[in-house]
Amino acid sequence: MIPGSFSYHRPASVADAVKLLADLGEDARPLAGGHSLVPMMKLRLATPAHLIDLHGIAALKGIRRDGQNLVIGAMTTQHELLASDDVAKAMPILHEAALLIADPQVRYRGTIGGNVANGDPGNDMPALMMTLGASYRLESAGGARDVAAADFYQGAYFTALEPGEILTSVSVPVPAAGHGSAYEKLKRKVGDYATAAAAVVLTMSGGKVATCSIGLTNVHETPLLATDAANAVIGTSLDAATLKRAAAAAEAIMAPAADARGPVEYRKHVGGIMVTRALQRAAAVAK
Amino acid sequence: MNDLTPTREQRTAALEGMGCKRKRVEDIRFTQGKGNYVDDVKLPGMLHGDFVRSPHPHARVKKIDDSEALKVPGVLAVITAETLKTVNLAWMPTLAGDVQMVLADGKVLFQNQEVAFVVATDRYAADDGINAVIVEYEPLAPLVDPFKAMDANAPVLREDLVGKMSGAHGPRKHDNHIFEWTVGDKELTDAAFNKAEVKIKEMISYHRTHPSPLETCQCVCSFDKIKGELTIYGTFQAPHVIRTVVALIAKLPEHKIHVIAPDIGGGFGNKVGAYPGYICAAVASIVTGKPVKWVEDRIENLTATSFARDYHMTTEIAATKEGKVTGLRVHVLADHGAFDACADPSKWPAGFFNIVTGSYDFPTAHLAVDGVYTNKAPGGVAYRCSFRVTEAAYCIERAMDILAQKLNMDPAELRLKNFIKPEQFPYHSALGWEYDSGDYHTAMRKMMETTGYAALRKEQAEKRAAFARGETREIMGLGVSFFTEIVGAGPSKNCDILGIAMFDSCEIRMHPTGAGIARMGTKSQGQGHETTWAQIIATEIGIPADNIMVEEGNTDTAPYGLGTYGSRSTPVAGAAIAMAARKIKAKAQMIAAYKLEVHEDDLEFDIDGFRVKGLPERFMSMKDICWAAYNSVPPGMEPGLEAVSYYDPPNMTYPFGAYLCVMDIDVDTGVYKVRRFYALDDCGTRINPMIIEGQVHGGLTEAFAIAMGQEIRYDDVGNVVTGSFMDFFMPTAVETPHWETDFTVTPSPHHPIGAKGVGESPNVGGVPAFSNAVNDAFSFLGSTHIQMPHDFWRNWKAAKDLGAVA
Ligand SMILES: Cc1cc2nc3c(=O)[nH]c(=O)nc-3n(C[C@H](O)[C@H](O)[C@H](O)COP(=O)(O)OP(=O)(O)OC[C@H]3O[C@@H](n4cnc5c(N)ncnc54)[C@H](O)[C@@H]3O)c2cc1C
Repeated sequence: MIPGSFSYHRPASVADAVKLLADLGEDARPLAGGHSLVPMMKLRLATPAHLIDLHGIAALKGIRRDGQNLVIGAMTTQHELLASDDVAKAMPILHEAALLIADPQVRYRGTIGGNVANGDPGNDMPALMMTLGASYRLESAGGARDVAAADFYQGAYFTALEPGEILTSVSVPVPAAGHGSAYEKLKRKVGDYATAAAAVVLTMSGGKVATCSIGLTNVHETPLLATDAANAVIGTSLDAATLKRAAAAAEAIMAPAADARGPVEYRKHVGGIMVTRALQRAAAVAK
Repeated sequence: MNDLTPTREQRTAALEGMGCKRKRVEDIRFTQGKGNYVDDVKLPGMLHGDFVRSPHPHARVKKIDDSEALKVPGVLAVITAETLKTVNLAWMPTLAGDVQMVLADGKVLFQNQEVAFVVATDRYAADDGINAVIVEYEPLAPLVDPFKAMDANAPVLREDLVGKMSGAHGPRKHDNHIFEWTVGDKELTDAAFNKAEVKIKEMISYHRTHPSPLETCQCVCSFDKIKGELTIYGTFQAPHVIRTVVALIAKLPEHKIHVIAPDIGGGFGNKVGAYPGYICAAVASIVTGKPVKWVEDRIENLTATSFARDYHMTTEIAATKEGKVTGLRVHVLADHGAFDACADPSKWPAGFFNIVTGSYDFPTAHLAVDGVYTNKAPGGVAYRCSFRVTEAAYCIERAMDILAQKLNMDPAELRLKNFIKPEQFPYHSALGWEYDSGDYHTAMRKMMETTGYAALRKEQAEKRAAFARGETREIMGLGVSFFTEIVGAGPSKNCDILGIAMFDSCEIRMHPTGAGIARMGTKSQGQGHETTWAQIIATEIGIPADNIMVEEGNTDTAPYGLGTYGSRSTPVAGAAIAMAARKIKAKAQMIAAYKLEVHEDDLEFDIDGFRVKGLPERFMSMKDICWAAYNSVPPGMEPGLEAVSYYDPPNMTYPFGAYLCVMDIDVDTGVYKVRRFYALDDCGTRINPMIIEGQVHGGLTEAFAIAMGQEIRYDDVGNVVTGSFMDFFMPTAVETPHWETDFTVTPSPHHPIGAKGVGESPNVGGVPAFSNAVNDAFSFLGSTHIQMPHDFWRNWKAAKDLGAVA
């Protein structure tokens, strides 16, 4: 549990950071909160020769409103998300999900950028960002581009982030006024990743679901958007039969690994239950 | 006398003696981060050692190539079994009469076994060195399932024992067999079963788990070549035993070995035995002439140093239709892993598992235990319990519930019907123990009344009906547990470790100004000895506890003792403390008589000094007597006020308790909620009620963890899959239930202060309470026994197997 040796860099600007990345090549890794990267380094599952610490870059911090979007700097910590009134008012589900990540110590250091860029299917933010229709700004020495969260995840620890790129911010469209949302996460204890989790954002009209989006955490090698399940509830009042259909549609796309949290069958089964419970709770708070 | 004269109550309170909720004196340094642990020990020129470990559970070691490792900057040496053979230390004896490889000798027998020890100038270099050692293995078929260990075609694990058909505990039936241990009357028991009206039989497993103290095992060894002296700082629960073991195996004169156990961050049985890390660090220090530190990381602790439990107990009870038990038969298959490194008293291969008749009056019983080798880490330590007592308590408490279910009787009622009665004490059990004292009926009834047991049963019946009607998906369970422990090992007539009787000791030195120091052979790992030992002395000799400094853990200054585990400190050292204090008091009385110019017999002890009977104003305080001891003792008496006591207990002590767990389980997810947990403990005389409560909270939290998810699990091919706190369930304050504690007091008749010990009761009694709650919740769906641990997915699986989930 002792990392190998590495050199440490602390650039003061995004330009310096991406230049370092370009110069140092594949052996360099950005360091954000370190709460996913450092444990992997201690097990020597990650052995970067260079760490580029992003803490010196003021421009990567903060939460601001930009038209219909909340733009969150990559180095904003999970604790800062929890402390933000803007987040709590505009998208309570982000507050709710951040509170279910690990424990206060991890949240003081862990960042939203690190959480979404990490590519671990156990991270909670990716599925939520897909559910909210967020996009990520990726910058490199060659310029900047925006990639939708829904297009970002390609496999476990495998994302659209190209060598030389840094994720600088996350842009999240503010859900419609009166929307309902819920994040249901089953975990064994504080500090555990989800056995299965479901994010739901919906709007209701005349007692029926008008729009709905459902995301799933840790039930596949990537986070998932459960589109069929979401379509199955639109136009319904979430009666028992519909909930069952939605859960079944969600379970159909799940392919979790068996681990100490339970066998595949269990993780899919409770994944369906998380979807059902999140739908019910989201509908109950929608206006 | 005037208003300012303290009252008797005030004088008693000022002592902060027995019965006082005295605040823990050690917490002043612990809460400020000022404890001094082994990893805080930093000696000049100190080196660091770390292990190359085996990725294979079973393999032949073909070649170890250290040439690249020795090129890593900072790496000074790579020690292998070949190096150790030159000092005859490639293998070491275990406490259980077996031998254990210090470093892989030709073969590895479990995943993460120690293969080579890399010594370097710092921990980073040591780890780089580990990664550069190239080991060539030839994998062999692993043996994971203990039930297959004695199959004809099972792979043979211990080639060193091939052909030796007798071990430390008698004949061996197979190359993978360690011992068979039998107790009780087989014929009488078979006869009881033959004519039984009602019988139950169930294979009850207590899974492998781990004590997992927050501070892992570690040491610093420093060999002084000039003086020929070895100093070892280590996380030792039994420092003197370590000193003797080192003297025996390293062939060093025992007076040239100094063992120091500084503050210890929890032990729970994990820090009783001797580990390869200690031997390698000592050898490395002798070889390099520099101090060498070895500190385990979490993965190493969970996967390589002593596990606990792993008992598979086929349990049968014979009874009458009315529910009177008539016989008990238990066969245990004990999985010991690759070496038998159980930390039991030497003559007890299965510890005190023969306490398995529990709190019940079984007229006859028979027990057989078979120990086997598998490709798993060695151990089998007493994780917060006396030797194998938790396994025994779990076995009988689960079995009594199964019998109650078969008889359609309430489990509390069945227990009340079969308890040993107060007038039967001292009670001789069918498996050979003499229970010192108990009043089980009173404790059980108090539990039932305080918790509203009858009303809870009524609520459960209503919930079951609602579940049947489809109105709820939640089921409710009541877990009753009534345990009797056997602690305080132990009397020399039946307990020794490597031939050393399991006494314990205390030395008290009173200084002229009325303060003093007391040293014991025990070693606190968090139990609060510095607080409670001083309280015993305070009450015994009338000096405030605050004026007594308690010191443990340095073998040069402490009297020889067998250490702290198995709830033995209060029953054994606690008695030694009282006896040493009484020697002080006896001498003090002679001094007081001389100073007050009366005969000794005319004096009576009165809280904090001696008083002339019938003349209340003629009084000499203990403080003044201390002064007198150094300047005006009676003619012919030696000056000074010191005493030593070595206490060989006449019997064990038998704490007991009545616990109840109320649990709700959501069958769809398997998620449980512990709604209530009530623990009534009877540990005899209570020295410090606050510390007792703390011990009970801690032990219950461990019991909760073990029953509800904590396990060391191996996959089918011998990989250990629970090597971190992500998967090895370590509950946080959020998961931990609220504990309600209560007590009755039935003093031990043979202990000088009547105390029985409490540190381990909650782990022993807690596990069956949780497991019985889960089993009770599911029983109406048709199950008799669901194996632990009861984590979410297994609860869901139980519900599914019973048809409660589609
Ligand atoms: C005990 C524990 C429990 C946890 N439980 C949870 C949980 O339940 N849910 C959950 O979601 N997370 C959990 N985490 C992970 C935690 O949220 C991490 O903080 C998070 O996954 C990574 O964020 P970080 O800022 O720490 O990133 P780092 O660990 O610093 O980096 C993670 C990865 O992302 C890369 N990276 C970081 N920032 C950028 C960037 N701006 N651009 C490009 N690449 C970047 C790094 O190179 C690295 O590969 C847990 C962590 C711990 C230690």
